[in-house]
Amino acid sequence: MKVGYLARFIAVVAIIIGVFAFYITPLALSIRQGLDLQGGTHVVMEAVDTPEAKVDEDAMQRVVKIIERRVNELGLTEPIVQREGERRIIVELPGIKEPEKAIEMLGKTALLEFQDESGKTVLTGKDLKDAKAQIDQSNRNVVALEFSSEGAKKFAELTAKNVGHRITILLDKQVLTSPVVEEPIPNGKAIITGNRTIEEAQRLAILLRSGALPVKVDVLETRTVGPTLGQDSKDKSKVAFAIGSIAIVVFMLAFYRVSGFVANVALMLYVLLLLVAMRMLNATLTLPGIAGIILSMGMAVDANVLIFERFKEEYRGGKTLRAAMDAGFTRAFNTIFDSNVTTLFAAAVLFFLGSGPIKGFAVTLGLGIVLSMITAITVTKFMLKMLMNANVIKSGKAFGA
Amino acid sequence: MREKFNFIKLRYWWFALSALIMIPGLISIAVQGFNLGIDFTGGTLLDLKFARPVTVSEVRDVLKDFHLENSTIQLAATEHTEASPNVFIRTRVLTEEERRAVLAAAEKKLGPYDVLRIEKVGAVIGSELTREAIIALAIACALMIGYITLRFEFKFGVSAIIALLHDVIVVLGLFSLLRKEVDASFVAAILTIIGYSINDTIVIFDRIRENLKTHKKGESFQDLVNRSIWQTLTRSIYTVLTVLFATLALYLFGGETTKNFSLALLIGFTSGCYSSICNASPIWVTWKEFEERGRRTQRAKSVK
Repeated sequence: MKVGYLARFIAVVAIIIGVFAFYITPLALSIRQGLDLQGGTHVVMEAVDTPEAKVDEDAMQRVVKIIERRVNELGLTEPIVQREGERRIIVELPGIKEPEKAIEMLGKTALLEFQDESGKTVLTGKDLKDAKAQIDQSNRNVVALEFSSEGAKKFAELTAKNVGHRITILLDKQVLTSPVVEEPIPNGKAIITGNRTIEEAQRLAILLRSGALPVKVDVLETRTVGPTLGQDSKDKSKVAFAIGSIAIVVFMLAFYRVSGFVANVALMLYVLLLLVAMRMLNATLTLPGIAGIILSMGMAVDANVLIFERFKEEYRGGKTLRAAMDAGFTRAFNTIFDSNVTTLFAAAVLFFLGSGPIKGFAVTLGLGIVLSMITAITVTKFMLKMLMNANVIKSGKAFGA
Repeated sequence: MREKFNFIKLRYWWFALSALIMIPGLISIAVQGFNLGIDFTGGTLLDLKFARPVTVSEVRDVLKDFHLENSTIQLAATEHTEASPNVFIRTRVLTEEERRAVLAAAEKKLGPYDVLRIEKVGAVIGSELTREAIIALAIACALMIGYITLRFEFKFGVSAIIALLHDVIVVLGLFSLLRKEVDASFVAAILTIIGYSINDTIVIFDRIRENLKTHKKGESFQDLVNRSIWQTLTRSIYTVLTVLFATLALYLFGGETTKNFSLALLIGFTSGCYSSICNASPIWVTWKEFEERGRRTQRAKSVK
């Protein structure tokens, strides 16, 4: 028996188990959660051609900018606006309070027009400098507009020409208000009345500030997960994860004893590494992603099962413990490599063709395959070597043979 | 040593068993198709939790005003009572305005509710998903055949893919028979099953490849493959068990949204383990023997 090796072995085991016990929860919580876990709304929009405006690259870039501005105004933590393909935009709104209203707002063209009595458009939203929601002296919810210097001139002209007449303010061709001009307004300021609530006035102000979309945008897909369901999914995943892990750990201990124990420690390290990798890649943890992790744990121990089975064969064939273990690792390597590469193909295809949660699943599955190969082969081997060098356990039985 | 169970000898029984499982499924797919979710068909899904229990007919009344009374309405987890706070409604694609109107009417007539899930999938997106799923399957298969041909030989590749298609058909067939909903995550499940099944098959093929190197003249292909299956059998069983534990935990404790996903995996992994042992290797043996026979008759002819 060599105490040095044994001490080192125990130290490594203690460190891995300790780190696992202390950091697993904070680490898991530090990973960005998908909308299916934290609740929120996922929207897919598509720009479409209309007789007035055709979709081109320039228009698309402007659309993305404007939608980004609108989303940022919602004051959410970590929303996402992403262009997909030629004409699509994906928006993710985590923790949004009123998803229906947000969706409505995102897809609005928000073309503001000021028309004179003859219906001629004199000013548009482009002439605006700022728009703010306010409550005026008579307790009305209004949007206060401020024009750019160019716009202020046009507005002064419009009001001067139309004293005593009505001008009409339209949003997306729908009349917002049509007040009678009492006197010319030279300072470039105006208000829009007729908002039922201050929230409505705020939304209108956001739309006007962010500008009108240059092309029509349709909402193709929306997915909203309420906070209750998100929390429920999280709780249930935790239970499933715990039970699945315990089942695997007990199984490995029962069939492979000391080797199984070492494999279990390597499995803990694997889960830690997987979470760290996801954290570093800024990956999103989704519900299918958690399924992927639980599943990949099952696959991670497969490499160890292959090695240990090979070890048993070699040991029964008359090799010494150490030689049999070496042969187990060497011989099983090809098998593990070939079988994992083929599985990796499936994960890669999922990653490149899938979207949203499926992509999340592919990431965890793919990362899982690569990392589990490292932990199950290298780490297990390293630890078993130490243990064998320590010379404490001399019977093959203890290693499952 | 006692005679070990011979997997290869029974191969035609395995093929028959596989056919027996696949045929009802294939018929079901042809006759009644799948219970496709809105991910494929397009549509709107409202999963709401009201403050008080509501009944299906109450919900249907609300939908009647919008001519949506033919929509699917389900109450969650109620086997004995007729009312439940949790309602699941599936309609055709509603426009943003329609959906808002329906929700407002529901709130007015049935009281306040919590949104569990609201989804709207346009018909365009649905048809794209179908196309993408088929492309994904084809690409994955092509890549795998390519890799196996490179590392092993073409015949191994084809045998593995046949076994894998068997697993896909078993899962598809059972989902069609059981009328279980097929959605986007089902596509992910199928690809995972493919990944697992091929992994399982490769392990056995790898052993066959290794044994072929030290192949003794007297041993037939049948015996060699049977020996290889036995050498890897413990591993095959242990691995499928650990993976099934994990999936079963997910199925039993993972919540409604991942139920169908884990069910597909449970069926697929079981089938994958079976087909690796009882289909993939026997197909390869049958092919090899057929080839040998051809070569022998060829030789016999040339001797004449």
